[in-house]
Amino acid sequence: VSAVTQARRPPVGRVLADHPLIMLAVLLVALLAACEIAQPGYLSGDQLGTLLRLAAPLAILAAGQTLVMLTGGIDLSIGFSATAAAYIMTGQSSRGTVVAILIALGVGLLIGTVNGIGVGVFGVQPLIMTLGMGSVVIGVLTVRAQDFVTGAPAVPGFVNDLATGSLLGDVPKSILLWGGLSIVLILALRRSGYGRMLYAYGDNPIAVRLAGTRAWQLLILTYALCGVCAAIGGLLLVGLTNAADLGLATSYLLPSVAAVVIGGTSIFGGVGTYSGTIFGALILTVLDSFLTLLNVAQSVRQILYGAIILGLAALYARTAGRA
Amino acid sequence: MTAVAERPAAPRGRRIAVRHGWTIGICVLLAALLVVEANSAPRYSSFDFQSLVIAALPLAFAAMGQAAIVISGGIDLSIGAQMAFTNCVAAKLMQGHGMGDAILVCLLVLAIGVCIGALTGAVIVASGVPDIVVTLASSFIWAGAALVVLKTPGGGSPTDFQNLTTLANVWEWLPNGLIVLVLAYALVWAPLRRTPLGLALYAVGSDREAAYLSGVRVGATRVFAYVLGGLFAALGGLALTSTTGIGSPLSGDLYTLNSVAAIVLGGVALAGGKGGLLGPIVAAFVVSIVVAILVFWGVDSNYGQVIQGGLMVLVVMAGGLLLLRRRA
Repeated sequence: VSAVTQARRPPVGRVLADHPLIMLAVLLVALLAACEIAQPGYLSGDQLGTLLRLAAPLAILAAGQTLVMLTGGIDLSIGFSATAAAYIMTGQSSRGTVVAILIALGVGLLIGTVNGIGVGVFGVQPLIMTLGMGSVVIGVLTVRAQDFVTGAPAVPGFVNDLATGSLLGDVPKSILLWGGLSIVLILALRRSGYGRMLYAYGDNPIAVRLAGTRAWQLLILTYALCGVCAAIGGLLLVGLTNAADLGLATSYLLPSVAAVVIGGTSIFGGVGTYSGTIFGALILTVLDSFLTLLNVAQSVRQILYGAIILGLAALYARTAGRA
Repeated sequence: MTAVAERPAAPRGRRIAVRHGWTIGICVLLAALLVVEANSAPRYSSFDFQSLVIAALPLAFAAMGQAAIVISGGIDLSIGAQMAFTNCVAAKLMQGHGMGDAILVCLLVLAIGVCIGALTGAVIVASGVPDIVVTLASSFIWAGAALVVLKTPGGGSPTDFQNLTTLANVWEWLPNGLIVLVLAYALVWAPLRRTPLGLALYAVGSDREAAYLSGVRVGATRVFAYVLGGLFAALGGLALTSTTGIGSPLSGDLYTLNSVAAIVLGGVALAGGKGGLLGPIVAAFVVSIVVAILVFWGVDSNYGQVIQGGLMVLVVMAGGLLLLRRRA
């Protein structure tokens, strides 16, 4: 038996390397099975709907992170932009739902654009630019928390319904937003000039610049899109929790990066897909749910979460032959 | 401030001149800010200076660790979590014990820091997963481990151990904390820098391939950088225990971000291979003094974070523009 598996291993390895999504899907199913074993009867339609509802904000945050990481950058301000958008939206909800949501998206767009200008025009390393920006955003938000609130802060009913409501049976409403965004993003990455240029820049920024393209425009657009994704993710998140505080989305930074890395996008840019990131976000959400089922202390959960992310990233680096 | 003058200026080409220029610049900035602080305080005394050193000490160690790693071409986003973990371990073990035991605990904690660094570096080198991803994930592990050791702020430390950083036994303007810092620099980094191992850090940081072709053991050097980082993070954790007297699982939260800010202000290039540890140390004082000045002015000290973030970006922007002009 061992001889047969030995002989068969190289092609299997190659298939996995060519189609990393297979491995991710297997992993996801394995995790769901583990949940079912830990608590028989866990896998109900209701529970799957809840998982999707929880995964949606993370997957949308990670969508922005995917775009930025395809350029070889990273956005460390994503949790803070999401928090800022959600916090300001609840503070401005007395102006009406539409205005409040637009303001929130505007906040994300503004933060993202500033990041993009710093990286694209002034050539600041993405890590420093976004770390500094995040620090500025959370600082301003902390000091002037009251100034962003007019009237009684509340999460608009529409946002709450979008994040927690169901369509038919157990299908969550947020899947409409997430699904629509995913289709647009996957098509844009595969078919549009923007997508091609994004991969080209991530692969070799110097060549792209020498080819006469305006790389700075690409970078500004990418970081701005990332800011908007962060804002949308923040809105869904505050819809789920129904109360905004200044720590709302800050803990989502690591998961957003982890979802992208587990999904097979190279942190050095140029390689990766959003479909991989979707799997990454789903895997992380199920993993979190599994650790909750195990009923271990928060501290141990945190350790396991970090260790498993590390293990998955290492496994991926090994299988796909790239990091 | 005076530390720069003590260092022999080695005229070894333009790059070193540029490096010294930066360190001198940040020292001038610190001096100017000290003058501002002295004029802002109602009655500036040695006590205010001692408070500054106490506030800056943990950050200075965090910045030293981050600098050693970044010089070798890596980055560690788990420095703050490592500090929280070592802070909690030290405070838990020292509680109710005397100074003799505290010294043993110190040695143990430093050993733990070295092991954490070695582990981080080994995982990065062996797995091929980028530094950012590994350390972002391991920051969860060490923050969780800190919570395992102490669920809430607690523990304790002997008064003598606290006095090691909080008093000024020699001279009122020369706080003990400053002496500890200078000793750490003089005993660890200053001798190391001139050794082949120290040079290897710079070589690996500036061009990994060239370093490999010149016979430098790249993997081992990268692991060593993380060992240094872990050692300084553990010193930072001990400094937290000593200055606050207790351990807190959330004490490290700000230090990751602040250590990156400090190395950037201190003239260490994120791309690796450039800068030293002196600049980041001085920058740690600059970052801390800004907060102190804001407090004296009666401004919300949370603006310190805004200024720090903005300053970090502006410095890199200015550096980039300077580089463009020099190339042109």
